Amino acid sequence: MRTISRGFAVVAATALALGAAACSPPSSSSGTATSSGAVNAATATTADAFGGMDALVKAAQKEGTLNVIALPPDWANYGAVIGAFGKKYNIKVVSAQPDASSQAEINAAKQLKGQPTAPDVFDVSQAIANSNTALFAPYKVATWAEVPDNLKDPAGTWANDYGGYMSVGYDAKAVPAVTSLADLMKPAFKGKVALNGDPTAAGAAFAGVMMASLANGGSADNIAPGVDYFVKLKKAGNFLPVDPDPATIEQGQTPVVLDWDYLNVAQAKKLAGKRDWKTVVPAGAVYGGYYVQAINKGAPHPAAARLWQEFLYSDAGQNLWLAGGARPVRADAMVKAGTIDATAYSALPKAEGTPVILTQAQQTAAASYLAANWAKQMG
Amino acid sequence: MTTTTSGRRWRTRLGPLAGVLPFALLVIFFLVVPTLVVVVGSFLDASNAPTLGNVTALGESIIRDAYVRSVVISGVTALLGAIFGALLAYAVATANPNGALRRVVTAACGVLAQFGGVMLAFAFIATVGFQGLLTVLFRDLGLDIYGSGWLFDTPGLILVYTYFQIPLMVIVFLPALDGLRPQWREAAETLGGSAWDYWRRVAGPILRPSFLGCTLLLFANAFSAYATAKALISQGSPIVPLKIDDAINGEVIQGVQNLGKSMALGMVVVVAVVMWLYARLQKRTAKWLR
Repeated sequence: MRTISRGFAVVAATALALGAAACSPPSSSSGTATSSGAVNAATATTADAFGGMDALVKAAQKEGTLNVIALPPDWANYGAVIGAFGKKYNIKVVSAQPDASSQAEINAAKQLKGQPTAPDVFDVSQAIANSNTALFAPYKVATWAEVPDNLKDPAGTWANDYGGYMSVGYDAKAVPAVTSLADLMKPAFKGKVALNGDPTAAGAAFAGVMMASLANGGSADNIAPGVDYFVKLKKAGNFLPVDPDPATIEQGQTPVVLDWDYLNVAQAKKLAGKRDWKTVVPAGAVYGGYYVQAINKGAPHPAAARLWQEFLYSDAGQNLWLAGGARPVRADAMVKAGTIDATAYSALPKAEGTPVILTQAQQTAAASYLAANWAKQMG
Repeated sequence: MTTTTSGRRWRTRLGPLAGVLPFALLVIFFLVVPTLVVVVGSFLDASNAPTLGNVTALGESIIRDAYVRSVVISGVTALLGAIFGALLAYAVATANPNGALRRVVTAACGVLAQFGGVMLAFAFIATVGFQGLLTVLFRDLGLDIYGSGWLFDTPGLILVYTYFQIPLMVIVFLPALDGLRPQWREAAETLGGSAWDYWRRVAGPILRPSFLGCTLLLFANAFSAYATAKALISQGSPIVPLKIDDAINGEVIQGVQNLGKSMALGMVVVVAVVMWLYARLQKRTAKWLR
């Protein structure tokens, strides 16, 4: 799920997955989709199919285990989410390869197909979800109607879970206060502005260019002004072509980083006392990105997988993500209903304007524009 | 009777082969199978239908430029590494064989030749990056050594690669220098030859194949290097290994995994040519080192 760990993560994940497959003995509790005899959990598309939430909980407890993959404990508060779920329902959560990438989750599901160690649920990036819906089992949680329509698949194979807005993180001691992307052109930012990777390959860097486009007259259908912005930034000598990570930020090599707001906020917490790390969502350039939640079609614990979804989209689950600095997908509905954790919600970086979220077609069009122009213009 | 004889015959035939089995398995799983995956994948599209598209895409300017850059960076760092490494190796070879200098230099080279990846890249960023130790020091003196960010482009790769090429050259070239017998020099001098004559007519011709062979090895070493470049360069993926990484692991442009494989196939071809040259030179060198 993490966008940062690429490359070796995939290789390692593949090796691990193969190793795990070879070592694990066949488990008797696995693969029995019709555990209660009456309900086929693997094809249930709502809790009603089990006969209500209580029956779903019972079916899940009978399975006793839930396999999750690529959920770092310090990412969007997943450590607490996993703990709370296990405690509430008395189900053992087996967390495999916490630092793996989205693609590695899909690879693991394919390689471990039919094994009791296969992942039950996925938390993947939107692009990976779009190209793998055939692997997902359709399921609609009780709060499905409160997930905004543009953030879910009408067929129910996936729904966005939590996300954030693109932001500018900066060390307030090293550079002047940032209020807009235009500020970053000033001489005070010479050699200091880093993008999180190459936008033709890394999702967060792609989002950075899209944000710059929105701030400079572009739109969801037009990423070109974003490329122009970075060309100008490079000409001014302000663009720093270093891949930022916690080490470079702590060391002061990357004083300004364009990244998701929840990552910048988490960075600030980690560096408290060392760096004065601030996070700003530029006004009028609010670009949103959400992760995707889905159930593995071949989940070895189909009822537990569905209960996990119900938990994640409940008020409790959504508030846990919020406590980790991520924006839960039901936030608007929960604000209206007054069930949101108000303190955590008001602590999120302020964003002015409606967030722009790309459709799959817009994403593909922007990606091919970058493929043709980014390296050429930035070279 | 017949069964025992044939059994024994089998055993004697298979006996020597059994020892090679682990190596054979290793080669099959870590060389043959991956190579086949690369070759087959190069000719398939995203839905596994046969295509030549991945291979013809290698001619696109952006990929062709990456190959040219990869070859230039590898060539330049191999030459720099070979020249400076050979000089250092000569200094070591002529020193006391049991002395501290030789032991320290060979030990240091053994470590530095393997020093790469994130650590090496970060070391250079922290030294000559924008906020680097030297950059800041020189900036205070009014000198700008950072420029427009050369460290994160081709010149940076050349500098950083040369850093591990020189020690590697020392390690691989030292045995050839040790093979130069002092008697040859004495013989040359006895016959009235000058130092120049000795180097031009005796040592030079003997060392030339080994020197060229080591240079080719250095070329292949730089050509296939990935981790250091990955850690140092975050924009543009200027060289082929980084382009392959983008194609296989990229999150933005999907369905081009097999283009990555065809680029890898291109690298296999380049390295195969280099290795063939290396093997030919090696044959000529071996004659003198017996």
